[in-house]
Amino acid sequence: MEESRKGGGRTPAVSMRGITKTFAGGVIANDNVDLDIYRGEIIALLGENGSGKTTLMNMLSGIYCPDAGTIAINGRKTEIRSPKDALDLGIGMVHQHFKLVDVMTAAENIILGLKEGRRLDLKAASKRIQEICDAYGFDLNPDQKIYDMSVSQKQTVEIVKMLYRKADILILDEPTAVLTPQESDRLFDVLRNMKADGKAIVIITHKLHEVLDVSDWVDVLRAGKFIGSLKTSETNEAEMTEMMVGHAVRLNINRPEVKNPKPRIEVEGLTVRSSDGLLKLQDVSFTARSGEILGIAGISGSGQKELLESMTGLCRIESGDIRYIYDDGRKKSIVGDSPLEIARLGVQLSFVPEDRLGMGLVGNMDLTGNMMLRSFRNGNSIFTDRKSPKALAGRVVDQLEISTPSLQTPVRRLSGGNVQKVLLGREIASEPTVLLTAYAVRGLDINSSYTIYRLLNEQKERGVAVIYVGEELDVLLELCDRILVLCGGCVSGILDARTSSKNEVGLLMTSLRGGRDE
Amino acid sequence: MNDAAKSKMKARIHIVKRAAMPWYQAAGIRALALFLAVIVCGIVTYVLTGDNPASVFKTIFEGSFGSERRFWVMLQNLSMLLCVSLAMAPAFRMRFWNIGGEGQVLVGCLATAACMINLGGKIPNGFLIFMSLMAAVSAGAFWAFIPAACKANWNTNETLFTLMMNYVATQLTAYYIIIWESPKGSGKVGIIQQKSQAGWLPQIGQYKYLLPVLVVFILTIIVYIYMRYSKQGYELAVVGESEKTARYVGISVPRVIVRSMILSGAICGLCGFLLVAGTDHTITTTLAGGRGFTAVMVAWMAKFNPIGMIFTAFLLVFLNKGAGEIATSFGLNQSFSDILSGIIIFFLIGCEFFISYRIVRQRGEGQNV
Repeated sequence: MEESRKGGGRTPAVSMRGITKTFAGGVIANDNVDLDIYRGEIIALLGENGSGKTTLMNMLSGIYCPDAGTIAINGRKTEIRSPKDALDLGIGMVHQHFKLVDVMTAAENIILGLKEGRRLDLKAASKRIQEICDAYGFDLNPDQKIYDMSVSQKQTVEIVKMLYRKADILILDEPTAVLTPQESDRLFDVLRNMKADGKAIVIITHKLHEVLDVSDWVDVLRAGKFIGSLKTSETNEAEMTEMMVGHAVRLNINRPEVKNPKPRIEVEGLTVRSSDGLLKLQDVSFTARSGEILGIAGISGSGQKELLESMTGLCRIESGDIRYIYDDGRKKSIVGDSPLEIARLGVQLSFVPEDRLGMGLVGNMDLTGNMMLRSFRNGNSIFTDRKSPKALAGRVVDQLEISTPSLQTPVRRLSGGNVQKVLLGREIASEPTVLLTAYAVRGLDINSSYTIYRLLNEQKERGVAVIYVGEELDVLLELCDRILVLCGGCVSGILDARTSSKNEVGLLMTSLRGGRDE
Repeated sequence: MNDAAKSKMKARIHIVKRAAMPWYQAAGIRALALFLAVIVCGIVTYVLTGDNPASVFKTIFEGSFGSERRFWVMLQNLSMLLCVSLAMAPAFRMRFWNIGGEGQVLVGCLATAACMINLGGKIPNGFLIFMSLMAAVSAGAFWAFIPAACKANWNTNETLFTLMMNYVATQLTAYYIIIWESPKGSGKVGIIQQKSQAGWLPQIGQYKYLLPVLVVFILTIIVYIYMRYSKQGYELAVVGESEKTARYVGISVPRVIVRSMILSGAICGLCGFLLVAGTDHTITTTLAGGRGFTAVMVAWMAKFNPIGMIFTAFLLVFLNKGAGEIATSFGLNQSFSDILSGIIIFFLIGCEFFISYRIVRQRGEGQNV
């Protein structure tokens, strides 16, 4: 068996055996996991959220210590106590959240914390950075400040930082989560170059098409356990999903036909500036219709947040108009109204924001307390009514199959999927006519994601105008009826999701083609 | 950084966050901490003074419970400290770090004294007391309103602002003390309206301190209910947890900040009223007695729960009274009793670490390096 396995009988660069890690509250993140990583191979570490992928790699990079098990590097048993130990062994990890100093240049960030020589020699460092970039095909200007960089450039800095520290075992945690398809492709090219150079590469992901695209081997984790290793060329999406989820899953998203669409909310010439004067949205116009899911695509930070927040009265609008259209055709402008005033106009507007625990919910409050957020003003008493929110919490838990120890559990203790269900459940409970969602399935595993899709489709069939800001183009194309593409705060196009291709959307995300001149 | 030091010692110790702990276990840890603190105090006492620790502890206890008078003084001190702590509850729950309790109490004192001195004997006594109360409460509220309004409108730093307001209040009091001084040249305001007792709070039976104690007791219950069950209490909790969430559900954050701080200052003002009209009948710049700061500790130790504050306030007052008693009966100076209070508080606050975290020793693969 060892023969047909990866590495072809060579000594693995990393060999993890019997790794176990338990967290507070008895959550077993990793249970007796064995994993081998070889040089010259790209491994995809595949698993749902909470399956223990990141924990496992954090132990390899010295952030956590395993409770039990051994790690051998190049055949020698080692103990990794800190990220510095890991780097000394040639292990470098690029985290999902970048750890860069914004006001410094790329080169300064890359050499930050290194103790080589007495004097800070930025020139020599820049030269070496340039060499690394040329060797692997990175596109990076060492003198550019981090705050001037796009997300993908920041990621490049992180990777080069690891290479500069001579890491030859490279771990990337969900590297494509923040990238456009084109940027992902570029990243994969670089990864292939590094692989050809004999480096060992691990990418943590739950996107199947990327696994197929770039990896040589797939190692699947499920609920903290190692499930198996597959050769990428000999497997397919269905098999991987089944290993990942534990049962067969239908992978296509249901999309009911649009019935009797009516204009529900109208945005015209919307322009928004951030508090420091940057143009965030420029002359955005569209109409969202009832009974339809309008997708909004775009690289993160293209104005999605500002668009949703101006529609909910949370963001100051510079110019333009947002009009709510009642069932009888009356129009009412909601510009300049606070969220409370909008609600008092009889506009049933629900909003599932991107920052679930920081904006949509209060992490330290229990389920009942969070259900109260929308309803606590009801009634004339000076005291809050806790009974009906409690009943609502019970209903939401039952209907959306939220797993929680009790209704008194603070929501921050729940898993990401359950947090999102609490939030969406509350927002749907107010029977909205417009439902705005931002990255509704970000960080959610396959099962939870499909629950969310189902709930959104239910709302659509109820005649709600659903706006779905998303990042995965496959999902946008399968779930939505129309897709509005934002690029740098402008609408670069509105497409019919049923007939458009991923490439078309991807191109609109990066260019202004058909934008303002239209 | 810690890891580096540890790896040199080859110790395999990790600090791990705990899941929620049942209340009886947490109470057990706290009791154990208190027990250990008492033992350490005993050792320290014996080593430093040679006195019998048991008799020192007995003296500490007698500081609060030694006689009926001491017991009432302890209750009065407890209720005043508790009153200021209650004022901190809404502000701190909102994450508004009001450390201006001292100044807010003092302006309450000042307003009460002003009413007693200027209106005493000129209007009916009941009305005078009512006027003093209103003046004290408004003054405290106003003193808290200034930093709150600036925070709400211009996001100024409330910690610095409220702290500075303390100094202003102290100087303002010093100014009026010179104006009101009696007898002239003494540099202090003697007992106000000593003969007529105009503006003094009435006494219930023979118990001089009973009325203020009762007032604070009722206030505790009101604040508890306000924080826990009222809509405003819910709003300020949401603002404290996340301003973004508050805005998202349409809560006006500036309004909640100002409203809660006015409440906080008003309760401090009430404390000032109780001090001047209820017990001291005079005014000095130190009348607040550091309660504005001690109250911060009381409120934190009780995690802003008004009922819990009764216990934490009691602990601090008890230690303080005991400390004074040791100083007199053993001829030790006050600093020694402060050492003992320090040890006990260190243990009690330190044990919170073991409630949130546990220490794990690595096992198994220890052999290979």
